[in-house]
Amino acid sequence: MHFEGTVFRYGRDVDTDVIIPARYLNSSDHAHLAAHAMEDLDPTFATRVQPGDIVVAEENFGCGSSREHAPVALKAAGVSCVIAKSFARIFYRNAINVGLAILECPEAVDAIADGAKVAVDTETGTITNLDTGATFTAEPFPPFIAEIIEAGGLVERTRAKLAARS
Amino acid sequence: MPRPMTVAEKILAAHAGLDEVRPGQLVECDLDLVLANDITAPIAIDVFRELGATEVFDRDRVCLVPDHYAPNKDIKSAEQTKKMRDFAREQKITHYWEQGCAGIEHALLPEQGVVVPGDLVIGADSHTCTYGALGAFSTGVGSTDAGVGLATGRAWFKVPPTIKFVIDGELTDGAAAKDIILHIIGLIGVDGALYQAMEFTGSTIASLSMEGRMCISNMAIEAGGKAGIMEVDDVARAWLEGRCEREYVEYHADVDAEYAQVIHIDAADIKPCVSWPHLPSNTHPVTESRDITIDQAVIGSCTNGRIEDMRAAAEVLRGRKVNENVRCIVIPATQAVFKQCMTEGLADVFIDANCVFSTPTCGPCLGGYMGILAAGERCVSTTNRNFVGRMGDPTSEVYLASPAVAAASAVAGHIALPSDL
Repeated sequence: MHFEGTVFRYGRDVDTDVIIPARYLNSSDHAHLAAHAMEDLDPTFATRVQPGDIVVAEENFGCGSSREHAPVALKAAGVSCVIAKSFARIFYRNAINVGLAILECPEAVDAIADGAKVAVDTETGTITNLDTGATFTAEPFPPFIAEIIEAGGLVERTRAKLAARS
Repeated sequence: MPRPMTVAEKILAAHAGLDEVRPGQLVECDLDLVLANDITAPIAIDVFRELGATEVFDRDRVCLVPDHYAPNKDIKSAEQTKKMRDFAREQKITHYWEQGCAGIEHALLPEQGVVVPGDLVIGADSHTCTYGALGAFSTGVGSTDAGVGLATGRAWFKVPPTIKFVIDGELTDGAAAKDIILHIIGLIGVDGALYQAMEFTGSTIASLSMEGRMCISNMAIEAGGKAGIMEVDDVARAWLEGRCEREYVEYHADVDAEYAQVIHIDAADIKPCVSWPHLPSNTHPVTESRDITIDQAVIGSCTNGRIEDMRAAAEVLRGRKVNENVRCIVIPATQAVFKQCMTEGLADVFIDANCVFSTPTCGPCLGGYMGILAAGERCVSTTNRNFVGRMGDPTSEVYLASPAVAAASAVAGHIALPSDL
């Protein structure tokens, strides 16, 4: 997949409570979650984000709760990809499961400023800073996880396996 | 001979049908239990339907608990609990507890004997790691993993390396189990155990009750940990006696098991402490936090809502009154704990001290209801997270502490030790 968008850059330990505050978890409606994405960290995020835009953050992105509503809120808000130095493990699983692209690439994070225009190729893991021309390569996914992504997510992969069994 | 393994590795190997596993290995495992709550189950149920599944993998191995926004806080929450209830009835789920029988999931499941040592458990709630205190490998996942688990009874795992924490010696100065885990998180940071299992051992852990141990395992996730495991000993066996429904398997670490890191902690270095906003790792001794005035104290949650926690808070509040500038909200974690509070006279202590004494719910811990903070307000809380906006307005502040410190602070009006009163 190829994405191009404007970068929203944040610091370390961006937790799931700021990605989508629990006060909005009385519904899992995607539009409702998107309207409140990142609200407690960046109150104007939901109004500024455009389809394809990219979130860039430091270490431990998505720490805290297991709420799948967090990657869903970002994806529904239009975010195409999150690039971070590292991800909290439940967020990492959830993002793969719901089809939000995530890339671990400390060098890219250090070299990309807020508002930069960035292109991402998720197949090769190539990240290009379109403002400077600099390119970076993210850690590739382990084959097993790449297989889940290729299948279109965990639901699709499981459905295919269940169908093969019956 | 299989390679020497940690408890986490042994449990994952056994459930993957393998003699041995290594850190980094990806395995598919059979699950003993799949758990979800009123916030995460609705999405998991959607996933279950999307898969084309018609029956859960085992109706005795699914746990559904209405606790986060239950008793229903508003119409939308009522719809979510209804969706879970309807599913539980349709699938004849054994372990569904209706409001009035339920409580906070991570206090409820061990109390009811549903989780046993050696189990492999996934729960669509990050604090599922609590059951590590019982010698189980239990970990939080999202709703999609839970939905697939409901349908298939299976999940994939990357075998985590294990960090061993050896805590020896006697706790002093009124330090409690909560102080041990806040101290550890302060030491290694909120991603100090990222992608890793934590194993807690040593004479200090051995001296703790099951309630104290569960408080520690509960917060493994606040260090990024995938599990927070303790070995089964006589204290655990006595606690399980007459409680658990199933035969269980005790897994003990091999003496020559490989650990990513071994961290030794002297219990004498652990002081009553408070995690200041906005990360659980921002720990400070209570003695350096006394200038902080508070508007609210919350005593409860899956971290500290068990009977021992209620007793610790009541001991401080007995014969005293909550400061006139403070609201003190006490929430026993389950119906059984609530009833025990009545039997032991603790409910009287709380009510006489002018506390709010509530039916079990996760409520304020995640900023749901039953104690939301206004702009700029400060709360001392026995819960597990103090992120921005966690308990209410984004400018409000949460300070994490033990039940005794939260109770003393409620009386003093500022962060305090019981000995300050």
